[in-house]
Amino acid sequence: MDRRLALIACFVFGLLMFAQYFSRHPLARSVNLAILEYWQIIFAFTLLVGVASFFRNSLSAMRNRGERPYRMVGLAGLIAMPVLAIIWGIRADTPFMWMFENVQAPMQSTVFALLAFFVASASYRGFRARSLQAAILLGAAAIILLSRSQLGGAFSDVVTPVADWIRNYPSMSARRAILIGIGLGSLTTSLRVILGIERTWLGGKQ
Amino acid sequence: MSLIQTFIPIVQLTWFDPERLPVFVASVVAIAIVLFTTYSRSSRERFKIRKIAGMDAVEDAIGRATEMARPVLFTPGWGGDIQRPTTIASMNFLSHIASKTGSYDCQLLYPTHDPVIMTVAQEVIKEAYARAGYADRYQENNVSYVSSSQFGYAAAVDGMLTRTKPASVFLLGTFEAESLILAETGNSIGAIQIAGTDSTIQLSFFIVACDYTLIGEELFAASGYLSKDPSILASVRAQDLLKLLIGLFLIVAVLAATIGNLTDINTGDWWLF
Repeated sequence: MDRRLALIACFVFGLLMFAQYFSRHPLARSVNLAILEYWQIIFAFTLLVGVASFFRNSLSAMRNRGERPYRMVGLAGLIAMPVLAIIWGIRADTPFMWMFENVQAPMQSTVFALLAFFVASASYRGFRARSLQAAILLGAAAIILLSRSQLGGAFSDVVTPVADWIRNYPSMSARRAILIGIGLGSLTTSLRVILGIERTWLGGKQ
Repeated sequence: MSLIQTFIPIVQLTWFDPERLPVFVASVVAIAIVLFTTYSRSSRERFKIRKIAGMDAVEDAIGRATEMARPVLFTPGWGGDIQRPTTIASMNFLSHIASKTGSYDCQLLYPTHDPVIMTVAQEVIKEAYARAGYADRYQENNVSYVSSSQFGYAAAVDGMLTRTKPASVFLLGTFEAESLILAETGNSIGAIQIAGTDSTIQLSFFIVACDYTLIGEELFAASGYLSKDPSILASVRAQDLLKLLIGLFLIVAVLAATIGNLTDINTGDWWLF
């Protein structure tokens, strides 16, 4: 019965969201806004489920000596940030903001910066001319790279128009073909969910 | 002016947005085709789907992990939530993988950035283990919420990859900048990697760093391919029919535009929407 209720709710709200997209009536817009606001509220509560899961997993993983330091740091962060926010608030010049600007933000930037090294190592593997297709890819990549650097303009006026042609025609047409496939896949998957044919999100087809 | 004539423009202006009429017509056609293929008997008969290397490699990847006594790691990426069709498609994949890992008694790790996805994944895996006849092998702690922050999630999954050294990694879902960080780390530990996403930018990174990549619609076709469910397979047929229609539309539009440009015939711009 609980699954049937979930399927009915999915069908009704799926249909409602589809219908409101084609309307510019104020009622349709307010329905859309109300549903989105409720979604935000529900998501805030689901974060509690996530935090509880993180807490439980970290505590049980701390039995493993190798995992212990990482889990301790994770738990310390999880406890410290809300405590600092509750006691001193989240405005500028509070301990919470100090921790955010001097600990969390630099750590995030560090992980993001790893991308530069990973792009280099992935490019090294990807741009080896082992076949005709790989050689064409390598040539196209070299032209695009040249056109995006000062060096390309200095070499020749031909590089930039050729690079633009590669980006606007062969590359864009391939990208659009993939996007059409993704769009159709999304459409059929959404319809399957709305109609109740696809029930994996409920755990299975029972 | 009659009452109806006065009323109709008001209805049109308020309840229906005329600017969205082309999208509405296209949506109705698409929905009709999907419904027809799903519920008509002839479409539900079995038909052949071409072999997709990435999907055939799933069995080998799980077998490898079992032989090496190492876990399998599956993550849906940071970019999506449960409303996204890609996440739903990845759940189908997860269900299939979980039933295999359940049968082979192989550990399945599922880190995610979204508590809703975590809850759904727990249900999917639990159900798959029960279906395989090994409900007792399900461990809730293996499906974990790590962080909602993009690079916090990337760092947590990276740490998990380097510490647990899974033999097989599945990166299926919506990925953003974290895609290459995860794929390259997976590559560095020598894992077999099967990836698929709806982001065309991240696809290029996966193609370079992973062993198998499901490109675009292949990820959506995967659920029908793996489950062999006739109603899901029928929607794959609907996708093909819709592609055929779009192809025909494009050819006619190109011809009309070309004729309009080369001659004095006014072919209009009806294809623009």
